[in-house]
Formats: sequence, C-alpha cells, structure tokens
Amino acid sequence: MTGREIRDGVARRELSATEVCRSCLARVEQLDGTLRAFVTVDVDGALAAAAAIDNRPRTADRLPLAGIPVAIKDNLCTGGLRTTAGSRILERFVPPYDATVVSRLRAAGAVVIGKTNCDEFAMGSSTEHSAYGPSCNPWSHDRAPGGSSGGSAVAVSAGFVPLALGSDTGGSIRQPAAFCGVLGLKPTYGRVSRYGLIAFASSLDQVGPLSRTAFDAALALGVIAGADSSDATCSGRSVPRYEDALGGDVRGLRVGVPRAVLETGVDTEVLDAFEQGLEVLRQRGATVSDTALPHAKYGIPVYYLVATAEASANLARYDGVRYGSRVPAESLAGMYEQTRDAGFGAEVKRRIMLGTYALSAGYYDAYYGRAQQGRTLIRRDFEQAFAHVDVVALPTTPGAAFRLGERLDDPLQMYLADVFTVGAPLAGLPAISIPCGFTAGRLPVGLQLIGRSFDEELLLRTADAFERDTCWWKSEPVL
Amino acid sequence: MLDDLTVGDVERIATLARLALTDEEKALYARQLTRILEYARLVGELDTREVPPTSSVLDETPLERPDTVRPSLEREAALANAPDAASGLFRVPRMLGEA
Repeated sequence: MTGREIRDGVARRELSATEVCRSCLARVEQLDGTLRAFVTVDVDGALAAAAAIDNRPRTADRLPLAGIPVAIKDNLCTGGLRTTAGSRILERFVPPYDATVVSRLRAAGAVVIGKTNCDEFAMGSSTEHSAYGPSCNPWSHDRAPGGSSGGSAVAVSAGFVPLALGSDTGGSIRQPAAFCGVLGLKPTYGRVSRYGLIAFASSLDQVGPLSRTAFDAALALGVIAGADSSDATCSGRSVPRYEDALGGDVRGLRVGVPRAVLETGVDTEVLDAFEQGLEVLRQRGATVSDTALPHAKYGIPVYYLVATAEASANLARYDGVRYGSRVPAESLAGMYEQTRDAGFGAEVKRRIMLGTYALSAGYYDAYYGRAQQGRTLIRRDFEQAFAHVDVVALPTTPGAAFRLGERLDDPLQMYLADVFTVGAPLAGLPAISIPCGFTAGRLPVGLQLIGRSFDEELLLRTADAFERDTCWWKSEPVL
Repeated sequence: MLDDLTVGDVERIATLARLALTDEEKALYARQLTRILEYARLVGELDTREVPPTSSVLDETPLERPDTVRPSLEREAALANAPDAASGLFRVPRMLGEA
C-alpha cells in the first residue's frame, strides 16, 4: 500500500493505524534479519504512536500523514530513541530531542517504525561503512543498496514502509534510491531544516524523502519543508501544497541532457534505460535537447575537498566529553586522540584527514580555496543551462548496484560512483531519482532530474507523469 | 606536482585532527591519501581568475529570530549522554600542567 492509501484509509476509518503498524512490524521481523535495513526498530514507540492516531479519529482526517509508517535514517535525532549515525562512537547515544523533520512527521500523524542503517556519519555510497554492518540490496542480496541512506532505500524497496527519510550531501538519497528501485528526492538547500540532522558537510547536507510514489514524496516534503527558528539556513519561503502540482502533463517541458558528461563512462545497460526514460518524457510532450555542463568533470574533486573540509570541522565535536563513547587516558589530549581512533571507522578517519589536509597551512589555497572557486563555476554551469531548459537529466549513477566488498579497498573508486549526483548539492539545487528500468540482471536503474532552485514542484510533477506511463516503480523484489 | 604523502605527513595531519593512528593505519592512509589527492589536483586545471569562492549557496539572508530567552535543555538531559559526569558537570582528565 502507498502512504496515500494508508492515510486515506485511516482518515475514513476503514483502516486502523495499529493494524497497519503491526503488519509493517511483522514484515520487518520476518525479512530484516537478512536485509538489515534497520539499526533500531522501535516496536513500543511505533505501536503507541499508531494507537494515538486510532484514539483520535476526529483529528486523523486532518493529518496529512495519518497512520503512515515511516523509517528514519539513523543520522536524524529521535528524542528518547537511540541514534547512532552508523558510528561506534554514538553506539549508546540517546538524543534529548527530535530533529525538526522528525517532530514535523510525528505531528502530521506519521508512525516512526525505527532508525535505518547508513554509512558512518553519512560518509559512503554503500552502507558498508556502517559500524553495524552493511544492508543488503533487496534485488540482489550480494549487492550494495547504495548509500549513505541505504537502509532507508531498502526499507521502502522491501515494502517495510511506504516512506522514509534520508539525507543527501553528495548523492546519499538519490544513489541508494536508484540502486533499490525507489524514488528519492533531495530538496533545494534551505528548503528543509537541518536542525537535529547530525552534521556531515553543513553547506551541502539536506534531508529528503524516499518513497515508491511521487505523491507520497510530495506529501512528506510538504510536511518537513519550511522555516525553522532553530536553523538559520532554512528558508522562510512559503511551502506549496506539493501534491496539488501533480496529475498534470509534461507537455512543453524542456529537458536538457549534458551529452558530453555521459561520455565519461556509463554502463551501457544504464545508458539504455536512461534513453528509454527520456523517450517516455518525449512521448508525453517534453522536448529533449543537448546542454552543456562544462565543469562537471571537476565535480568529484570539488565535492570531496569541500565536503571533507567541512566534515573535519563538524566531527571535532566527537571528543569523548559531552556525548558518545570515551577511551579513558591520563591526559586530555590522549583521551581525545584515543577516543576518536577507537570510535571512528576507517572511512571517517580517511575523510577527516583529507579535509584537515585540504584546510592546513600551505595547502589551503591549492585545495580548499580552489575547490570553492570550482563550486562557483559548477553553479554557473547550471545557471546557464537553466536559461534554456527546465530540468537537467542524467542517469543517477554510472552503473547499477555493485557487489558488496567490491570497492571497499579502493576509496577513490567508491567516490567516483557519485559522479552524476555531486553537481546538484554543490549548486544547492533540488534533484530527484526515479526508477526508469532494469539491467538484464534485474538491477534497477534511476533517472535523475535536476531542477531550478526551489522548483521541487516541477520535479515531482514530472516524476508523477512518468509514473503514470511506466510500471518500473511498481516492480517489487522477490524476497 | 606535489610529492607523495609520507608517514610523517600523515602523523602531522593526524595530530591536527586529534587522531591516534596505529602504524598500519599511517601506512595505509599515506598510500590512499596520496592517490586521492592526486585525483583532487584536477582542480588545479581550473581557470579561477576572477572567480569568487562559494562557501554557501543561500541566496537569501539567513533568517533571524527575536533575541529572546527561551527554555533550553535541562542540565540533567544535557548530561545524560556524558561518558563521565559529576556534580552537574562534564568530567575530563587533568588538563592543567600537561606537557
């Protein structure tokens, strides 16, 4: 069932939120031992939230997410419910408050089922950098679900929940959505509050929904978006009713495809599915033309320099003093160093060191400074593209889901998987990944659409039209 | 072109980043960071004359809120996750007189 069907059923009292919640928990119980989408399942909390909806039938019909089971990425704080961010250092961390997005979901009637697995501090593209072990791709258990919001993508793909929250810094919502055959939306920077999101790279991080349908993503975005007095970077722009933008056509939509970018190496089966996706849009009345993103090839180095520099500063807070684990030592400095060495995994240490190096005296100008200038050039590329197209289309990933373990020893190879997704967050733009086909080996492929700043409506409207003409989004993995 | 990162470079960065690394980690990171930085040096090709840096993509002035006193976390809640707390404070190893 989609989130909308659950919500409508609960509002009409044809469905009980408790029954929906129980069947969702039963499916998790039955299948998640293998898939490992969740780090923590909150059985009692979920049942209590569902009971509260059932006990207030008069308010249920006004709640946009009444009774919808949701999964929350484990780098979003949930008051009273353990939040690990996939890290050993936060193994026993119980936040004293909810992230703004979580409190808004709860207030809208959503039922939080649990916390989903992710790469440690959202640093990774496979969930293999989680201290709690990798999640499995529901389409092929020996393959990565993508990351870092891999657990959220698995939870939606496996039918545990119709809706999940993830966070995206360089592709962490869109890439796992593509690998698992679901929809993932990274909103415009500033559209959604980051308060209570465990910070990775603050100028890039953004929270967004993963779902099966565009309608469910629209519902969720409408709930979580909008000004928040606890996050000064969160925009005061009014929040449209995103679901009202759906149902229309895409006649006249101008789609730009940066053909030169695709020549950097895309798997042929992914390219075929992508072209097939473009054809669907063309049939619906869109025009597809070539567009240029001349600085796209600098996206990966710019992104990894900017993101790791910010991460090296953000992760300074894990020092064994106020929260998280501590390794006792004689001296304060020794306590810091040993706590961090024991608490962080290999990828997090690698990125902290890369960022520290890029910011250090003598190297700042050549690395961090240049990357920030490169970021300006990448932004300008998009501004120029949007002068003559409405959306930019790319495959979400250059290949379908890779095998678990395959890239673990080669960090650079892992980084290169983000080649098509880093542009949107560097430019602060919204981007969506929608299922557009399968490889011969039955692995999902994602079509990515990047939109103008704060134009999530067009992305969702296009995704919705695409859904009505295709059936890939309905495909379910055999579990 | 800059030289490869040495174990000494890694030690220097690790000290700045407050990370105590094992010898194996130092050797591994020297190798891996050398390779990643080699790739990152692509940014050196960019023509950045007259290009301002982007540190934030926000077009709007960040929102302000009235500067009024609001309730904050209770002390007990703020200390609840502390690895070591006493007398309503975070307790840490001695820092004065450290070498």
